Amino acid sequence: MVPQPAGLLFSKDHEWVKLDGDVATIGITDYAQHSLGDIVYVELPRVGATLQQFAGIGVVESVKAVSDIYTPLGGEVLEINPAVESDASLVNREPFDGGWFYKLKLADDGEKNNLMSGDDYDKLIAEA
Amino acid sequence: MEEPLRRTALFDVHRALGARIVPFGGFEMPVQYAGILAEHDAVRKRAGLFDLSHMAQFELRGADVAAWADALTINHVATMKPLQARYNVFTNDAGGAHDDVIFYRLPERWLLIVNAGNAHKMWAYLQAQQQGDVQLTDLRGETALIAVQGPRSVEVLAPLVEADIVALKYYTCAETKAGGIPAVVARTGYTGEDGFEVFLPAEAAVGLWDALLTGHHSVLAPCGLGARDVLRLEAGMPLYGHELTEEITPLQAGIGWAVKFAKPSFTGKAALAAQAVDDDYPRVAGLVLDGRVPARAGYRVLRNGAVAGEIRSGSIAPSVGNKSIATALLEPASATAGTRLGVEVRGTEHPATTVALPFYKRG
Repeated sequence: MVPQPAGLLFSKDHEWVKLDGDVATIGITDYAQHSLGDIVYVELPRVGATLQQFAGIGVVESVKAVSDIYTPLGGEVLEINPAVESDASLVNREPFDGGWFYKLKLADDGEKNNLMSGDDYDKLIAEA
Repeated sequence: MEEPLRRTALFDVHRALGARIVPFGGFEMPVQYAGILAEHDAVRKRAGLFDLSHMAQFELRGADVAAWADALTINHVATMKPLQARYNVFTNDAGGAHDDVIFYRLPERWLLIVNAGNAHKMWAYLQAQQQGDVQLTDLRGETALIAVQGPRSVEVLAPLVEADIVALKYYTCAETKAGGIPAVVARTGYTGEDGFEVFLPAEAAVGLWDALLTGHHSVLAPCGLGARDVLRLEAGMPLYGHELTEEITPLQAGIGWAVKFAKPSFTGKAALAAQAVDDDYPRVAGLVLDGRVPARAGYRVLRNGAVAGEIRSGSIAPSVGNKSIATALLEPASATAGTRLGVEVRGTEHPATTVALPFYKRG
């Protein structure tokens, strides 16, 4: 198994978080995109929306199924990735890079303590 | 009580090929190998290999088979010539569908292929209806069905089949040998492409599957039920349980061409005739959405804010410009091509237009 990219935090719902000060970039993991199969549609929250940690805030759809996106952190949506809205297969091809979903301004820095390291996430998916 | 899931003779082969396995029609079946869209692409441009052994095969023998089947189904059976195949529907008294099937008339017997999810129901029904010189044999567990579908099917399959499959016409079949084993090879399919279905003994399935893939890795891709569903939807073919049910009649499903009112009588004929004359029934039509959101079975279809129908199947359609397409059961006024409608997805209405089926026809 390829190790998770360094410096990210992970949720048990298979989202990743990259923190830069109080701004979090959020996407889904390589394991998640592989499990979903061909991704054909992504529905993201609106810029300016206020999200609560672990709330369902959007959907990602594969050919066969609809899956909820649970935000790994709470805060205000600063930006969404227009590229995944116009070409959802980007999430399959580049889950940790060009396939990011949205950026948040963190509401509470302490919420990141509810997330896990790459090593812990590897253990989680090894047991799945 | 739920029965344990069954496996086809090819189950271990699917596993070894990395297939994702899901329950379908009482079987553990591959839904995808490399990916649904890649497999779809293989079938449209090259060739795809399918295990369809979950579909139930019944054998019919006896002098009265044709007349007996004609009385239970909408399409002609007695007019079938040996080595002909024909689509048909077993109907209930209200004109709804017990199942859609294919009859294959062989020189000495008939093969009847029914949907996996209807196998128990259909076997019980056929036994209950059995009369005269009609012998029914359930071949489930003894037989396999392997399909090769796509424009390069002949190239892949012909070297392994004794009969000249190039000469086989669409919806005909041959009793021949495939991979040296007695088999029925038919030019039929459920993808909208040229292709063949091979009926053979279960114990010969792995041998033929491997022989087909050997040397054809760049042409022939193993394909799962996920790709098959997208392919058949694009080609406008009904899927039992979606476009056709015990409640949705063949007329409503858009397969009125198969209803032969010239037959003196058949189960459901009166109900279907009344429906045809009245011509005021909800019917299945195609929808193309303006945007890319998938329209899933069960979503509501709206017209000027009022409910006009319900999505029955939907997918992103690679052969229809990657658009979001669907079938919907619509009130008659909304089923006319060009009607502007909306599909309700998670509380938001997404614009769509009614179109005639099929979405895709091979060039």
